[in-house]
Amino acid sequence: MVDFGGWDMPVEYSGLIAEHMAVRTSVGVFDVSHMGDILIRGPQALDAVQHISMNDAAKLQIGQAHYSALLYPQGTFVDDVIVHKLGENDYLLVINAGTREKDVNWVQSNVREFRCHANDLSDYYTQLAIQGPHAVDVLRKLTNVDLTPIKNYWFTYGTVCGIPNTMIARTGYTGEDGFEIYIPADEATSTRVWYEVLRAGEEFGIVPCGLGARNTLRLESKMALYGHEISDSINVWEADLGRFCKMDKPEFIGRAALEEAQAKPEGLKRILVGLEMIERGIGRDGYKLFSESGEEIGYITSGSPAPFLKKNIALAYVPPAYSQIGTTVLVEVRNQRVKAQVVPTPFYKRPRNK
Amino acid sequence: MAFPADYRYTREHEWIKVDGNQASIGITDYAQNSLGDIVFVELPKVGDELTAGKTFGTVESVKAVSELYAPASGKVVAVNENLATAPERINSDAHGAWMIKIALSNTGEVNKLLSSADYEKYVKEEGGH
Repeated sequence: MVDFGGWDMPVEYSGLIAEHMAVRTSVGVFDVSHMGDILIRGPQALDAVQHISMNDAAKLQIGQAHYSALLYPQGTFVDDVIVHKLGENDYLLVINAGTREKDVNWVQSNVREFRCHANDLSDYYTQLAIQGPHAVDVLRKLTNVDLTPIKNYWFTYGTVCGIPNTMIARTGYTGEDGFEIYIPADEATSTRVWYEVLRAGEEFGIVPCGLGARNTLRLESKMALYGHEISDSINVWEADLGRFCKMDKPEFIGRAALEEAQAKPEGLKRILVGLEMIERGIGRDGYKLFSESGEEIGYITSGSPAPFLKKNIALAYVPPAYSQIGTTVLVEVRNQRVKAQVVPTPFYKRPRNK
Repeated sequence: MAFPADYRYTREHEWIKVDGNQASIGITDYAQNSLGDIVFVELPKVGDELTAGKTFGTVESVKAVSELYAPASGKVVAVNENLATAPERINSDAHGAWMIKIALSNTGEVNKLLSSADYEKYVKEEGGH
């Protein structure tokens, strides 16, 4: 067990590699109750969400969600979030555990000028993520909802394990198909649903998955983790998340700084790239990068053996001059410099129709 | 967990098995279990000198890197090359998967290490918090 943003959480249950492989090839379940939930409700809820987040929430339909981020005025990250449009005046932001207090304060103080309320609902929900190609088959056994029409990043409500009106979202942090369900946080209900999911998944070889597999799965899929790929000192362009930042929507916090950064002739100082180790060694979080001529050029934000790809991979910040696919860089692994190569990302992309 | 009675142990979770003036060294079952899936080992070369208590290599699981500490001083006489391609053998048989063999420079050093009973008590305390 490790302390994770105040939560006592297992790094692994049966073993990280087995858990990772179960999600890629069949199904796994994660207790992600540590994730926070902020509800923004009121006649100006949309304006408030537009003001505090970088993606264009006006494009969301009821029942749809998207990846977005809360930014500081300098265009760096308060946190990344999933914005769900629950109703015309109702938006749910799912946030990270480690940044919960900061996020809640940030959201509440920045939506004050709008006619809406922002409430921290984090303690009311237990969030379970059922992930993998067989996630749909497991959840189907536990609900009356037809899951087939729910598209990726859409959600609906229905009875799950006998609990009516449960939010079922086709979302996750693994790069695999899957669902996240939001159930009442009382211990008896949470425990019961957890075991019902495990029992329903037995025929597919479901395994409970810990933080370790969650990290390697999201890394293979190049999904950002706060404090690693994104932080209060990294901006949207550097993090390569521009596709989720809609500069053509009305004003939002961080926009002016991002516009200015975009216009600078010297361009970006650094950009996030994917690396694959080509010599023996594992690049890990915080390890330094050098050019072949010996100049220090950057650092790894997340690095690990990738259990499904069976390669040693990493995400790293380097100057744009070193960001071309195929560029060789050196990773300082303890006292040696080990060769790695810039590769296309995401490292893993799930096959279609799987 | 059963720790062989004819091995000695360090508080850093290495084991050493003495055979005359030579000894095999590995990590304990407790260590492999807390590390998780082992994917990489970095070991010294034959001829390298080890000093008791100093690092002689690293072992990496998916989630973490751990240093290996020499239970005793001596010169490396053999390295288990199988572990380079099959490091998971440490998970499946920690007390059988020796990493290196050394020629002991001082056989007396080994007597200062933990016996299997003392090591078992030690890991119970460490794991029990």
